[in-house]
Amino acid sequence: MLAKRIIPCLDVESGRVVKGVHFVNLRDAGDPVELAAFYDREGADELVFLDITASHEGRDTKVELAGRTGDEVFIPYTIGGGISTLDDIRNILKAGADKISVNTAAVDDPSLVRRASERFGSQCVVVAIDGRRRPDGSWEVYTHGGRTPTGVDVMEWARKVEALGAGEIMLTSMDRDGTKLGYDLPMTKAVCDAVTIPVIASGGAGNLEHLAEAIEETGCDAVLAASIFHYGEHTIAEAKALLASRGIEVRL
Amino acid sequence: MPRVGIIDYGMGNLRSVEKGLQKVGVEVTLCSEAEEFDSFDGLVLPGVGAFGDAMGHLRERGMDRALHHYIGSGRNLLGICLGLQMLFEYSEEHGRNEGLGVIPGKVRRLPGTVKVPHMGWNVLNVTRDVPLFEGVASGSRFYFVHSYYCEPSTDDWTIGTTPYGLEFTCAAGRENVWGLQFHPEKSSLLGLRILENFGRMVASG
Repeated sequence: MLAKRIIPCLDVESGRVVKGVHFVNLRDAGDPVELAAFYDREGADELVFLDITASHEGRDTKVELAGRTGDEVFIPYTIGGGISTLDDIRNILKAGADKISVNTAAVDDPSLVRRASERFGSQCVVVAIDGRRRPDGSWEVYTHGGRTPTGVDVMEWARKVEALGAGEIMLTSMDRDGTKLGYDLPMTKAVCDAVTIPVIASGGAGNLEHLAEAIEETGCDAVLAASIFHYGEHTIAEAKALLASRGIEVRL
Repeated sequence: MPRVGIIDYGMGNLRSVEKGLQKVGVEVTLCSEAEEFDSFDGLVLPGVGAFGDAMGHLRERGMDRALHHYIGSGRNLLGICLGLQMLFEYSEEHGRNEGLGVIPGKVRRLPGTVKVPHMGWNVLNVTRDVPLFEGVASGSRFYFVHSYYCEPSTDDWTIGTTPYGLEFTCAAGRENVWGLQFHPEKSSLLGLRILENFGRMVASG
């Protein structure tokens, strides 16, 4: 049986890790590749880089990041952030990334998901969905880093990207992101129940219990977290040990 | 120092395999000419994509015959993912496509009872002690991405199995021919250990 995955997420701008990272044993904790290699050694199952470099120069920084990461990192990694064309995708995959993630560009032109999965295979196309709760209890898709409401329903969009050939959904709660209150369990469960492709829960992890409850209560395949690992509050090994103690299959 | 060639037949990304071997100190060169096979002490046959396309690319370059010749010379070959599958007689992917026929048996689609592609970290149950798995405990997890699996027609090739819908052969090998369904170059320290073992097997001839 497949193991549930723990995925640290690194925000990168112009080749540097954006949020402060506090590891005493890294020479340069601002270097995304060094941090990524550290997480590989610590037992992370996969890595996600979100490159928020302004789009006009972001093309080159993502390709460069994909290439440099492969020198030191021997687990699968995804690169996302402002990717909008098949050329971008090809160049990033060719440089060594295992997957790319698309968000805003896919909402603007859903055929991007179909074209990318036909050309490169579903297994390397992740659709990132940023959702926010509406007053009526449903969830709406936001784009542009969570700033722009789209009027699109999260559940409908999740089903649609699966039909278009997405290999995986990375679902982030804009309500919970940065709050450390835990993942949005109802939204995550609703999406997990609606699609058969793997779902990565994201946004809101504040402690290890949050990781376990997301897996137990929603059926998600992976949990993504940033600050609980970056700030040294918890190690990947501690997270795995807790999940294993709850009977969840993990790679130890 | 032994030289390992990674067979480049115009499909897919070879960079991860190359970097993985380099990481464990193996001198590695991409090899795009069948005539060059003989100059290497060890070869790696990687692969992603469709079985039929990949076999077509190998044949176009005369690499199918060169591989048989190379294997006959007794030097070590490691197939990875599709590179393992192509060692079999044929695949049922998109109709029937002939493989290299080095390992008796065929390649079949994973059952409909599980999510396909099989993607993620799954268990390697080691069924035979081989130098390739030195330092790798049975039950360790490795990274898989595939929709088809290998079914040898005899028992003597299987060196490891994985449970996913059924217990399938995820690693095969005998004498100087080896193959892995999972990606050692994406399987962190234990994956690198397997690449290192292969490098050592090549070095000791």
